[in-house]
Amino acid sequence: MLQALLLRLRLRLVAHVDGPLLLVTCLIMGVGLVTVYSATYDASNRTLAQAMNMAIGLVAMWAVAQVPPQKLMRFGVPLYAIGVVLLILVFLFGVKVNGARRWLSLGFTRIQPSEILKVAVPLMLAWYFHKNEATLKFRHYVIASLLLLVPFALIAKQPDLGTAILVGAAGFYVIFFAGLPWRVILGLAVVAAGAVPFVWTMLRDYQRKRILTLVDPTSDPLGAGYHIIQSTIAIGSGGSFGKGWLAGTQTHLEFIPERHTDFIFAVFSEERGLFGNVILLLLYFALIVRGLIIAANASTLFARVIAGSVTLSLFTYVFVNMGMVSGILPVVGVPLPFMSYGGTALVTLSIGIGILMSVQTHRMLVRQ
Amino acid sequence: MLAGRTSLSAADRDLDRFRFRVALSGVVVVLAFALLIARFVHLQVVQHDYYSTRAEDNRISLVPIVPNRGVIVDRNGTVLARNYSAFTLEITPSLVDDLEATIDGLSRVIEILPKDRKRFRRLLEESKTFESLPIRTRLSEEEVARFAANRYLFPGVEVKARLFRQYPLGPIASHAIGYIGRINKRDLEMIEENDEAANYKGTDHIGKTGIEQYYEFDLHGETGYEQVETDAGGRAVRSLARTAPVQGNDLALTLDSRLQEMAEKAFGDRRGALVAIEPSTGGILALVSTPTFDPNLFVDGIRSDDWDLLNNSPDRPLLNRALNGAYPPGSTFKPFMALAGLETGKRTPGQAIADPGYFNFGGHQFRDDKKGGHGLVDMHKSIVQSCDTYYYMLANEMGIESIARFMEKLGFGQRTGIDIQGESEGVLPSPEWKKRRFRRPEQQKWFAGETVSIGIGQGYNSYTPIQLAQATATVANNGIMYRPHLVKYITDSRTGQKTMIEPEPLRILPWKRQNVDVIKKAMIGVNLAGTAAKAFAGASYVSAGKTGTAQVFSLKGAEYRHSSVRKELRDHALFIAFAPVDQPRIALAVLVENGGFGAQSAAPIARMVFDYYLLGKLPKGAAEESDVEED
Repeated sequence: MLQALLLRLRLRLVAHVDGPLLLVTCLIMGVGLVTVYSATYDASNRTLAQAMNMAIGLVAMWAVAQVPPQKLMRFGVPLYAIGVVLLILVFLFGVKVNGARRWLSLGFTRIQPSEILKVAVPLMLAWYFHKNEATLKFRHYVIASLLLLVPFALIAKQPDLGTAILVGAAGFYVIFFAGLPWRVILGLAVVAAGAVPFVWTMLRDYQRKRILTLVDPTSDPLGAGYHIIQSTIAIGSGGSFGKGWLAGTQTHLEFIPERHTDFIFAVFSEERGLFGNVILLLLYFALIVRGLIIAANASTLFARVIAGSVTLSLFTYVFVNMGMVSGILPVVGVPLPFMSYGGTALVTLSIGIGILMSVQTHRMLVRQ
Repeated sequence: MLAGRTSLSAADRDLDRFRFRVALSGVVVVLAFALLIARFVHLQVVQHDYYSTRAEDNRISLVPIVPNRGVIVDRNGTVLARNYSAFTLEITPSLVDDLEATIDGLSRVIEILPKDRKRFRRLLEESKTFESLPIRTRLSEEEVARFAANRYLFPGVEVKARLFRQYPLGPIASHAIGYIGRINKRDLEMIEENDEAANYKGTDHIGKTGIEQYYEFDLHGETGYEQVETDAGGRAVRSLARTAPVQGNDLALTLDSRLQEMAEKAFGDRRGALVAIEPSTGGILALVSTPTFDPNLFVDGIRSDDWDLLNNSPDRPLLNRALNGAYPPGSTFKPFMALAGLETGKRTPGQAIADPGYFNFGGHQFRDDKKGGHGLVDMHKSIVQSCDTYYYMLANEMGIESIARFMEKLGFGQRTGIDIQGESEGVLPSPEWKKRRFRRPEQQKWFAGETVSIGIGQGYNSYTPIQLAQATATVANNGIMYRPHLVKYITDSRTGQKTMIEPEPLRILPWKRQNVDVIKKAMIGVNLAGTAAKAFAGASYVSAGKTGTAQVFSLKGAEYRHSSVRKELRDHALFIAFAPVDQPRIALAVLVENGGFGAQSAAPIARMVFDYYLLGKLPKGAAEESDVEED
């Protein structure tokens, strides 16, 4: 009797979990935990806190995986609505920290509503396309774009370029996978290229500086270029096999700024070298390939586009983060998935993986 | 059916299109990751060496360890210059945004006086870039602790333990010892010319004058280095390797600080100079230039009011009169003239002249001090009584060329080569000198009348006290001339080995012994029965001397009366002497500016110096004082 109960519990626990996704995610989390240890053990060790974050992330992932896609769909509208309202509240009453209005004070704690939109925007848009699947017209793409543009503009205005890019990318991937015609994509590309000078004038001084220092980091070695110079030195001096765990001089002598959060890849790369980088990239690649396969095999439009969007968002995180740390992209606040210290991003990304699992494991049921 | 088929195929087409886009995304991901890997290969393989070096440069800094400067002692081991360690509060201006605000903030924690600010501003103007400059020196323990507690408020400010130079005897012998000061641009150039730049990293003081300057590279030592791992904030994390500095070499001087002190006191508040030389070695026993100054004032940057006081004083305490003052020797020139007369064969000792009290030449009357003259004057008497007429005639007969040739060998008008920089040459008059000295042809010509006053040490004659002392020592030493020097030996700080500064004979003058003896005998006569008899009454040793009075300006025939002439126009008093005559241990030249007659003001100083050096006897009234100073 008890044995049967345990068996059922085990079945219930693993029922909607995708093995490959879980394995690769846990591997990356393991690497991340070890790297956070190295990045923080000099000052205040954050390893335990990060392990807690990961546990919470895994629970969230499991929970989301249990929810079938057609039920997930229902969260789209309310989440989106709450998110946008909160963003408007931030715009009106937000707390200003370091010149950016990103936080909303609840008295006892502060929340960052833009994080919600990372999940809400793709859910909302995927639901929107799914609802209009049969009668998909050009105007639906326009409306979807407007639905994307509102939170994007509010976040960019805060300003929080990193989150805006991630939200914008997640929404765009939904529209793209929903079948946005190529001629529109091409047209948008042309318009975007033409808008560059205009956008340039709208950027804040520090944002412009970040882009300029990308072209020549040495132009401002102690200011905006400092992050890039120090992280490329860390990566370059790591060599083929790295300096060894806890032996990175750039890391432990505090030359790398933000070394346990956005710049954790510099720490990893200095201590593990090119070999470690390739392994890490392969892990991310495995995650992305698995996600794309899940998307390709998904049974409904909603499942397809949400899985595609989540997967490419993950890719965007990785590419933008590694690109900025290694000095080929401007510095924007994008964490490295499952590596960077911080609970919010971890939970958001875990929910994304959970969505992929949900799409994968509820497929058969839908077919039946 | 047909509709169903088309709708099915539309759904299929949608799925195909979706899958195509997924595959396309996969390709983009592969390309993007390939780009990242290419970037990593570029950084970690291609440019690995470059970035490794950058990381090492980031990490390791070489911190120079400044060596302790060598100590200077006198011939008896009395310390003249030493080091002591003290805490200073230093600001690195390049690390501070608002200097004034930082100093204002600091003054709330540690007392900072307006004079400290003034000095800091001066240092700031003349400093090298990126060095830290002291805003306060000699912090007390309590002040150090108070700053340490507030340190985080003042980035770019730190407390450093530094060695300071100290001159325990204060103003005594300051012209000989000199002083150190902060390195300025000119010093930097000198350091670079000598290829010592690497060794002076971290050093911020350098010898500016005197022994401190001349023996700078002996005293400095070798800078050590510490390889320190530093973090991004520039804080040293740990030491990786250390090369110990080598302390500078110690110097022992030939100078006798007690003799020096006694001699300086003997001048009282009069301006003047005294150079005492050991004739058998050229070692300087005392090098006096009064008034003196306290070299300690210069060590951590002289305060501007102190500087103004020293620099603008009419007594010019910073002028080293012994080496840089040039004076007509007056009658102290006569023994050398007499020797020249004997050596050139123009005179024999017994040859006498009848002195009417004047000498007429070219329509001009050169007068003797003594109205009516000295009567019949031979060489001995000419020195003992200081007869001018004798030397007017001798000079006229010898001619300027002959006089200049002889005096040049005695070192007149040349640098003696003493181990202090910046010695003056003085003027040894000769037709060639005049040609060099003047531009207009009518001024360049030498007139025979000018030769006449050269004979009594007037006219164009102009020599430094050290030249006079060297010439006196050379006569005392029977023609063997040594280079005057202040350092007796250098102690190698590594081996403890002492390198003696060997007496360096500059010239051996082939004088006939009996000629020299004539001069010495006459100079003994000066101290026994002549112009200095009063000053040397009752001396228990046999000394030889010659008084001199140098005209500061010509009275044009009017009689000179000491008291009626303004002080700065009064004659300079001179005296040269050596003792004991048969085995001279000390030879000296004394000059008292505007002191009047040499016999009155200069000779008594020489007597005190001799009594002290030869007999250990202190002048009356000085004994107790000196004992107090001793401790």
